[in-house]
Amino acid sequence: MNSQVMPLNLLPLGKPGVVRELRADASCRRRLLDLGLVTGTPVEAVLRSPAGDPMAFEIRGALIALRNAEAGQIFVALL
Amino acid sequence: MGLTKQSTGAGVRKDLCIPVAEYRTEKVIALAGNPNTGKSTVFNSLTGMNQHTGNWPGKTVTNALGRYQYGNDKYLLVDLPGTYSLLANSVEEEVARDFICFGQPDVTVVVADATCLQRNLNLVLQILEITDRVVVCVNLMDEARRKKIRIDLDQLQRELGVPVVGTNARKGEGLNALKGAIAQMAAGWQSHPRQVNYPQEIETLIESLSLELTGLALNSRWLALRLAAGETSIFDSLGKYQGLDISGDFLGRASRELCRETQGSTRDQIVTSIVSDAEEIYKKTVRLENDKHNALDRKIDRVLTSKIFGFPIMLGLLGLVFWLTIEGANYPSQLLAALLFGFEDWLAGLAFWTYCPPWLSGMLVTGMYRTLAWVVSVMLPPMAIFFPLFTLLEDLGYLPRVAFNLDHYFKKACAHGKQALTMCMGFGCNAAGVIACRIIDSPRERLIATITNNFVPCNGRFPILIVMASAFLAAGAGPFQSGAAVLAVMGVIVIGIGVTLAVSKILSKTILYGLPSSFTLEMPPYRKPQVGRVIVRSVFDRTLFVLARAAAVAAPAGIVIWLMANITIADASLLAHGARILEPLGRLMGLDGFILMGFLLGLPANEIVIPVILMSYMASGSMQELESLEALRQLLAANGWTWLTAVNVMLFTLMHFPCATTLWTIRKETQSLKWTLVSFLVPTAAGMIICAAVTAAARLLGLVPM
Repeated sequence: MNSQVMPLNLLPLGKPGVVRELRADASCRRRLLDLGLVTGTPVEAVLRSPAGDPMAFEIRGALIALRNAEAGQIFVALL
Repeated sequence: MGLTKQSTGAGVRKDLCIPVAEYRTEKVIALAGNPNTGKSTVFNSLTGMNQHTGNWPGKTVTNALGRYQYGNDKYLLVDLPGTYSLLANSVEEEVARDFICFGQPDVTVVVADATCLQRNLNLVLQILEITDRVVVCVNLMDEARRKKIRIDLDQLQRELGVPVVGTNARKGEGLNALKGAIAQMAAGWQSHPRQVNYPQEIETLIESLSLELTGLALNSRWLALRLAAGETSIFDSLGKYQGLDISGDFLGRASRELCRETQGSTRDQIVTSIVSDAEEIYKKTVRLENDKHNALDRKIDRVLTSKIFGFPIMLGLLGLVFWLTIEGANYPSQLLAALLFGFEDWLAGLAFWTYCPPWLSGMLVTGMYRTLAWVVSVMLPPMAIFFPLFTLLEDLGYLPRVAFNLDHYFKKACAHGKQALTMCMGFGCNAAGVIACRIIDSPRERLIATITNNFVPCNGRFPILIVMASAFLAAGAGPFQSGAAVLAVMGVIVIGIGVTLAVSKILSKTILYGLPSSFTLEMPPYRKPQVGRVIVRSVFDRTLFVLARAAAVAAPAGIVIWLMANITIADASLLAHGARILEPLGRLMGLDGFILMGFLLGLPANEIVIPVILMSYMASGSMQELESLEALRQLLAANGWTWLTAVNVMLFTLMHFPCATTLWTIRKETQSLKWTLVSFLVPTAAGMIICAAVTAAARLLGLVPM
């Protein structure tokens, strides 16, 4: 599979993607893992806040808001 | 676990007040679950208690206790903080994990959200690794049905190997079955908890580690997993609860070495295994009959968080709540005042006919009773309207959207986005807002949220704002009076938010230096609020609670204030002496000495600030009954008040030291006198500077006479 890989915060709204890699470290990584964001997890960008940051993503059936700083450390492949 | 001094104290766990197993007369049930799964509602429905609930993650921040009876047995229910996992990333997770590990619950009930089962199963699997005494409660079944999410509970029970019960706690459905399952499990139901499948190399690793970890009263496989993942905090807890110190010996070294070598990769693999297991179970048990079940929620979300409508809707809703409060409270307030002050005449008559000495009747009737009557008649009606409305917004799930909209600005202030949620709590009561700050993991950002929480006017301060706005600023606006008052109050709140952000930023650049930490916020699905329940709950839980607290403070404070106003030394009352000392400072801030005295004496509760000010202005040395806002306005104007005074009173109401209850809570939460002091000084300094600046500007511009 050689689909396009990009940071999660660049995933266009409404386009599904799949987590390829988590580059966050220590505590942030744990938090993301707890939300079920492991490699292979399908995600979809759903909302953009009025200022553009944070954004909200559908992750394993839940709607989760992430700041660009965190979402930028999650790399996803466009499906 | 034996009875050791460290673990039990006098047979009771000191921190939790739960008797150890040997001393129990009731079954102890732990209630765990993800945040916002209706866990508190399950708790309330089981125990008939009134834990506060709301549709945003992170409501339960302490272990609440409740009791119920089923059959012949008594049960003690412990509501643990909501957590996504037990991997000890935060204080809540540690609290929840330690209770399950060391609190010796007879049964642990895991509440899962039926509409988001996949994520919730992570926690279920983690708890099954610790204990086999588990009952899974799949709550919000009605929401799932509405969204056409079909869950095969029997299949789920087979997969998990422990009892699974579907409930709908808000309507009380399924609770008897849940109680039954708990009773069976407590009586020793044979469970076969599912074990997570880990990759072979991890299985080998934990097998060798667990050999070293036997005999520690905890599941050795689970302990080995924690060690392999580099989570050493469980071993600290072992020390804390069982007096086992393993930091010095082999285990300590092993854990440190393992930690260095495997950190990250092993941990990732462990979590990945749990998550994929959860996904597998989910796929076997849940069927979505409608892929678009969230479509309506998303549509609403897109409007509520849109660039164009996001902020106007937010301000509009806030304005609507205040307008309904001010407009709606007007008439009942007058009625209540007439009634209560009428009763005062009767009391005074009684005192006269019973030959009660004048000083005593003065102290009790004109001092205590009149202050009490003021507080009740001014506070009760707005609260009885404001709280249900606010609870309604909370129940709907709107507050996390507010946090989402505002997060960008908190990030810019190097603060945490969840601070918006703690601020919302502050509207009710700052002490509650300070406690809510526990949902913020980073200690630095938690402190910022704690210190700045007071910039949100709480319910005790709203009446001051409303009275000032209606009596002074909006006077003369004719039919638009309450509209103008709403705008004035809203203006103050917007200033409060601005100051919160500015002060957060300043703190982040100085004494609480640091960068914003990571931020994840779950935005729960919208839920249809149950209006009847909302009203009952908010009136009883919040309104009466806050009123009772205010009354309890106001009654003795009324006596003290009356004494201060009536004891004279060298031809002036104590109150007047105090005011004279404060007069220069008051003038500088566009206030006067009596107003500052009011705020000082209002330390126990801000509700009495206005009564003190009024009492000070009265020659009689006691509060006068004021039939109308106009009478109030005239009295204040006669004492030199201008619109500027009213504005400064509103600003200082917004920005001054927190009330005694809040300070005490801050002391408890931060465990630090220093931060309590900072929380006292920061808002006070902000208020003094801003009031002085506004006054100087107004005087320089010639808007008011020098």
